[in-house]
Parts: sequence; C-alpha cells; structure tokens
Amino acid sequence: MNKKARNRAIRDNLSSYAFLTPWLLGFFLLTLYPMLYSLYLSFTQFNILQPPQWIGLRNYFVMFIGNNQFPRDERFLNSLFVTFKFVFVSVPLKLVFALAVAMLMNQKLKLIPFYRTLYYIPTLLGGSVAIAVLWRRLFAGDGVLNAILRGAFNLNPPAWISNPKYALYTLILLSVWQFGSPMIIFLAGLKQIPREYYEASSVDGAGKVRQFFAITLPSLSPIIFFNLVMQMISAFQSFTQAYIVSGGQGGPLDSTMFYSLYLYLKGFGFSEMGYASAMAWVLLIIIAVLTALAFKVSGSLVSYGSGE
Amino acid sequence: MKNRTARRISAGISNFIIIVLGVGMLYPVVWLIMASFKESNTIFSDPALIPKAFTLQNYARGWKGIGIVGFGVFFKNSFIICGLSVIANVIFCSLTAYAFARLRFVGKHFWFAVMMMTLMLPTHVTTIPRYVIFRSLGWIDTFLPLVVPKFFATDAFFIFLLVQFIRSLPKELDESALIDGCGKFGIYIRIVMPLTMPALITTVLFTFLWTWDDFFNQLLYLNSPAKYTVPMGLRLFVDSSGMSSWGPMFAMSVLSLVPCFVLFFSLQKYFVQGITTTGMKG
Repeated sequence: MNKKARNRAIRDNLSSYAFLTPWLLGFFLLTLYPMLYSLYLSFTQFNILQPPQWIGLRNYFVMFIGNNQFPRDERFLNSLFVTFKFVFVSVPLKLVFALAVAMLMNQKLKLIPFYRTLYYIPTLLGGSVAIAVLWRRLFAGDGVLNAILRGAFNLNPPAWISNPKYALYTLILLSVWQFGSPMIIFLAGLKQIPREYYEASSVDGAGKVRQFFAITLPSLSPIIFFNLVMQMISAFQSFTQAYIVSGGQGGPLDSTMFYSLYLYLKGFGFSEMGYASAMAWVLLIIIAVLTALAFKVSGSLVSYGSGE
Repeated sequence: MKNRTARRISAGISNFIIIVLGVGMLYPVVWLIMASFKESNTIFSDPALIPKAFTLQNYARGWKGIGIVGFGVFFKNSFIICGLSVIANVIFCSLTAYAFARLRFVGKHFWFAVMMMTLMLPTHVTTIPRYVIFRSLGWIDTFLPLVVPKFFATDAFFIFLLVQFIRSLPKELDESALIDGCGKFGIYIRIVMPLTMPALITTVLFTFLWTWDDFFNQLLYLNSPAKYTVPMGLRLFVDSSGMSSWGPMFAMSVLSLVPCFVLFFSLQKYFVQGITTTGMKG
C-alpha cells in the first residue's frame, strides 16, 4: 500500500516535470551553460577563430585599473559613465512624466480610453529602427526641429545629433517620450486608491500637495518601485536607438557610446570576445547590486498597505 | 452646485493639457507619415506639414530596396521569424506557466525563483556563448538562432504573465475535470488554455512586437541581404544616406510601423490588460 502510494507520487512528479521539460532544457542549455561559459571566457583572450587563452584577471584589470603594459580602457569607463547618465536621467524623468499624466487623467473624463491609446503610441513604436531613423533626422543640424527653430523663432540652434554636448540628450528625450507603459500602470494604480482617503483628508484641511505626499505617493509606492527597477534594468541594456542614431559608432566623440553598444563593438567589431564577456559580467553585477540596493531602500520607503 | 462647476472646470483644463501634450508627442510620427508622401526633394525645404502634392513615388522606390533585394523579401523574412516566435511562445510559455501555476512537484518553488531570476538577467551574459554555440552548429545567417530559443520557453516574461493569469482562474474547474478522468494534459488543453485566451493574446501581441523590433539579434546573426529583416533593411538606407534616399527611407519606415499599428488598434484592450497585470517592462 505504502509502496503503491510512493509509486504514484513519483509518477505524478514525473508527469509534472514533463510539462517543465522544454523550459528546463532551455534554462540549462541556453541560459545556465552560456552564463558559466561567458564567466570562463571573461578570464581569457578569445577571438572565436582560435581557442580561448587564459589571461586571468587581465580583462577586468584593463577595465578599471591598467598600467604601462596594459593601459586602462578609457573608452570602457566612458561608456559606463554615459550609460549611468542615461539611466539616471531618463528613468526618473520618464516615471515623473508618467505619473503626472496619469494624475491628470485620473478624473471622470469621458475620453480616457482614447487618451490612453494616444499616449501609448510612442511606446508602441519607439523601439523600432524606423523611429530611431526619424529621430536622427529630427535633430540633425539641418533637421526638422532646427528648421522650425530657425523659421519661426529666428534662432541659430546647434546640430543636436552631431554635437557631443547634446547627442545623449536626444536619446534621453527619445526614451522619456515612451512613457506609455508606466503611465497605464500608474493610472490603474490611482484608480485603486479609495476616494474616502482624499475626502477625509480634505475635511481635515489637507491641500492638494499635502494629499499627494501623504496619500497618493505612499499608496503607489510599490508600483513606482517595481517600475523603477524594471525600467532601470532595461535602460542599462538599451542598444538599438544609440546604434541607429549614432550610425553604429556611439559618436560624436563617444558621447552616445552605450554600454551594450561598446560591448557589441568589442565582441563583434574587434573580435575581443573575452573582453566583451567580462563586460557582460560587470553589467550583470551592476544590475544585481542596484536591484538589491533598490529592494533594501524600498524596505523603508515602500508601504504595502496595512497587510490585511 | 459650486463643487460641480469647479470639477467641470478642472476636467476642462485637464482635457486641454492632455490634448495639447498628446498632439506635441505625436507630432514626430505625423510628420514622418506626411513626409513619406512628399516629393523627395521637398521634404526638408517644404516646412508645411501637409504635402503640396501627394506622391506615392517614395513607396515605389523604397519597395525596391537597395541593390538586388527589395522590401518584399525583408517583410517576408520578418513575418516568418515573428510567426514562428509567436507560435513557439504561445505553446511553450503556456505549458511552463501551467506547470508553475497548477501542478504540484518537488522543487517547484526553487524553479520558480530561478525562472523569476532569469527575468532580470541582462541578455548580454548569454550573448557571446550563444553566438559561439550557434556558430559551431552552422546556424549563422539563418533564422534558427532567432527562433529556436523561443521553443525552449526562454522568454520568462511571458511565463510570468501567464502564471499570474492562470493563478487567478478558479480551481474548481480543473478539479471537476480531474474527477471526470481528465489527465494533466487534458486539463491544460480543454480547460486552462481556453480560459487563458486573453493572456495568450497579450503574449501573441508582445511577442510579435518585440521580435519585429529585435534589432540586436538580427544584426548579430543575419549577414546576407537575402536574409535581412525589415529593421535591417531600414538600416541599409541609413548607411547609404544621401538626400535622394530620405523619401524612400521614410516611406519604408512608415510601412514598417503598419503591422504594429494594425495589431494595436485591433486588439487594444489586451494591451492594457497585459501591461497592468504584469507591470510591463519597456
């Protein structure tokens, strides 16, 4: 009897695992093994044509320290700096915009479904090469924006895309432009906040600003936090837009050399695949640390309701 | 009474701001569409939004592409890759999600945590080894590296979406089917799959969109123009940019956005649903 029950439990487990098999195979063959392999490659010199050569920590050494024999890779540090700037300017701006527009819409407006659609269109299209190409033309020296600025306002604007001072900001603008998803999420979140909270607090004499900080922000904090983490992770990996807008080179003067663009150029342009693997692991660690940090900070800032 | 007027005024102001901002946001897209119908040499000299003379010449020239391969081929390639990816994700992500959401087995919590961790993993850690593996299999310059991983449910995002959805379904139906002698697979096909339809449609939509725009992997694996996808075709225009190719490039850009528009407008409510149930990434 006991044996029979155990046999049944084993059969039950096996048949469940049958459903999981494709994913498990994918995880081991296409995720875990490649991860370990790239960790190994990060300690080697490897150009895909010859077998990898063990060089210890040199790839990492060149990235951050460097000496006379192996000078530090300043382009790497620059790409890291550019990417951080992009992430820490574009993600907060995007979320602020998304929240502001969501709050504007959080009233009894008849046209909300229409507005939601309208504001989602940039997000729908923004990841495409087509829009990146358009951006390049909009902000070029003789582009559309400058034609308007010259014609209507008689200004003498710079060539945004080819000026190292401004090129990154055109990409930040492109990213902020796509605030549709967080906006829709925030709007759904705002609708969940009970009206009574606001009514009670206005009876107590709280103004709009006070209500925003005392009710709206704390109620939305889990959603804001989740969006912050997810947007950050994807912003660190941005590639297409920088590639197209800069013509694949991260220029002018490396001012749009995103981390993943430099990784691509190193790995597939210069065939330094060991170095590119090391870069991938540095990115993994950066994202892991920032995510952990975000979770830790959120412990004190994010309120998950009264825990019913 | 006073309160109602105040509310009406506030709604009026909000409507106004939302519309003005919305028009500003969509201006670039509208400009692109209009520019694609202008005569190539007037695109930048003619400041008016509405073209003086509508012309389809840009579309005709753009469709021919650059060199020997035209956009017909690029569209066909993109549709093949997207179609296969959609089929694979619908079948294999939902199978996996069903296991996580409904079945009981040893190590379930562990594997679920692992799956959630792969959701946050930057793709770059697997990029180079995967390239090495696919190269040794002779898969470079084929669609296989773009499509085959999807048959192993590597898009954790959709597993997560479907798990969330299946968990919200009532369990009683499965239980009664179990009593009627339905096996696990029978329950999956006859009960869970049909009820999961809204989330599966969301999966179809976003798989299509993200695969359509997956420029990085296409750039990595496709080398010959005959294998190029639509984004790769557009890039050809960028590389050979001269004044005369702006018109055709804009025309093909507009065309490349049409499938996304069609999907979005025909299945809007599934978009909103998908975004709100998962808190969507980008």
